[in-house]
Amino acid sequence: MTAPGAAWVAQGGPVIPNFGEGSDCVTENRFFCPDWVRDNWSGVLQPALVEHVELTLIAVAFGFVLSLAAALLTHRYRPLERPFGAFAAVVYTIPSLALFQLLVPLTGLTVTTVEVALVGYTLIILYRNILEGLRSASPEVLEAARGMGLTRGQTLWRIELPLAIPATMAGLRIAVVSTIALATVAALVIPKGLGYPIFLALREAFNTEILAAGVLAILLALVADALLVLAERALTPWSRSRRVA
Amino acid sequence: MTAALDLHVFGDALQFVVDERHLILQKTWEHLVLSGAAIAIAIAIALPLGVWLGHLHRGSFAAVNVANLGRALPSLAGIAAAFVFLGVGFWSVALALVVLAIPPILTNAYVAVDGVPADVVEAARGMGMTRRQILVRVELPLALPLIFTGIRTAVIFVVATATIAAVAGGGGLGDIIVNQAGYGLEGVVGAAICVSVLALAADAAVGLVQRMLTPEGLRVEARALEQDAFAGRLPGPERAMSEVDGQAG
Repeated sequence: MTAPGAAWVAQGGPVIPNFGEGSDCVTENRFFCPDWVRDNWSGVLQPALVEHVELTLIAVAFGFVLSLAAALLTHRYRPLERPFGAFAAVVYTIPSLALFQLLVPLTGLTVTTVEVALVGYTLIILYRNILEGLRSASPEVLEAARGMGLTRGQTLWRIELPLAIPATMAGLRIAVVSTIALATVAALVIPKGLGYPIFLALREAFNTEILAAGVLAILLALVADALLVLAERALTPWSRSRRVA
Repeated sequence: MTAALDLHVFGDALQFVVDERHLILQKTWEHLVLSGAAIAIAIAIALPLGVWLGHLHRGSFAAVNVANLGRALPSLAGIAAAFVFLGVGFWSVALALVVLAIPPILTNAYVAVDGVPADVVEAARGMGMTRRQILVRVELPLALPLIFTGIRTAVIFVVATATIAAVAGGGGLGDIIVNQAGYGLEGVVGAAICVSVLALAADAAVGLVQRMLTPEGLRVEARALEQDAFAGRLPGPERAMSEVDGQAG
């Protein structure tokens, strides 16, 4: 096996074996050791989980604001769609690990590097969905709005934006879940997030830590997805009443 | 290392690619073999299954939820799980990649065939086509664009994730990217450039195959779709939750 000498390792990062002491289960590196998880929850897993949530929230928040602005611009000035779309398609195809590394010469081994890449990926998903959402108002509805004397701004605020919520939330779900996945890879650039214990444990082939951190990342994605579904229901009461009717 | 705006690194990186072209070619080849094997196996499993389920209009719950589960599975976690369960090596990594590639192919194939308008199928039946003919001559051609969206998503996904596979001994360009101690930043950035080019090329290649397989009549429609720079790349919001999106590597 090739030694995964990640960037932070090259800097003399911590390569302290996590096992070698502790219970028999840990020293024998059995399949999964609950006692290790218990002992290292507050020291290793919990901080990584919190960092992971932070990385994700920052990326999605920035991505959301930028995408909303870009989508509103495109909604108003249609010709912008092609350049935005082409740019997004290319960024989207570049593998995350490569994008992180390509940004390192520009912004160093910093959180900025990771966030720029993560925001880049959320942009593409969110921009596309918000734009589709803004366009989902049917011509009849827009006609009716004009007939009621609504100005362009009022139509946007009262009609188009609320109608864009379902598509936007669908985009947010994808963006959040894939950002959580991508943020694990970010650990090759900065020693943060759930990817960090995974990479460290892979170096040592320490089963328990690999599984614990991996499962945490999956659970985080599932919980975040479920929370967003609840948020979507709360934000769009009309869709619920229609379902009941 | 505070390497802010070390632009010369990009020059050094290109120099590295030229100087170490034998290494780069060898790693690129490994990358292609690994990705190709995983994609081929995933297509062989997921495509017939998705098409068959879609043809019967059965199992939508399973087909759609496989995709949602697949998206929630960080690829690093998938690779790590393969490492724990199967150990180090080509086939353990390939299997992880297969698992990651199946959801987008399966779900898109299902949604595509399931979504062929019922009246079109009815018309085909009225013309006296057998079930088999309906599948091969009507449903599959109409489903082709969406099926390829799934395959494209899977290809991008696998090429990206194969990079991470290096940490579990899968070989490929990731070997260079995760080994900065051995190859230096210029090597890492050089390999990152190669992976990016490879991903774009693979995407273009699948697009080309799609164009070759699309029947003449459908090409007109496809051209109209291509006006949208995104067409066939990202799920629209209505389909969004039933498709896996590619970048999760």
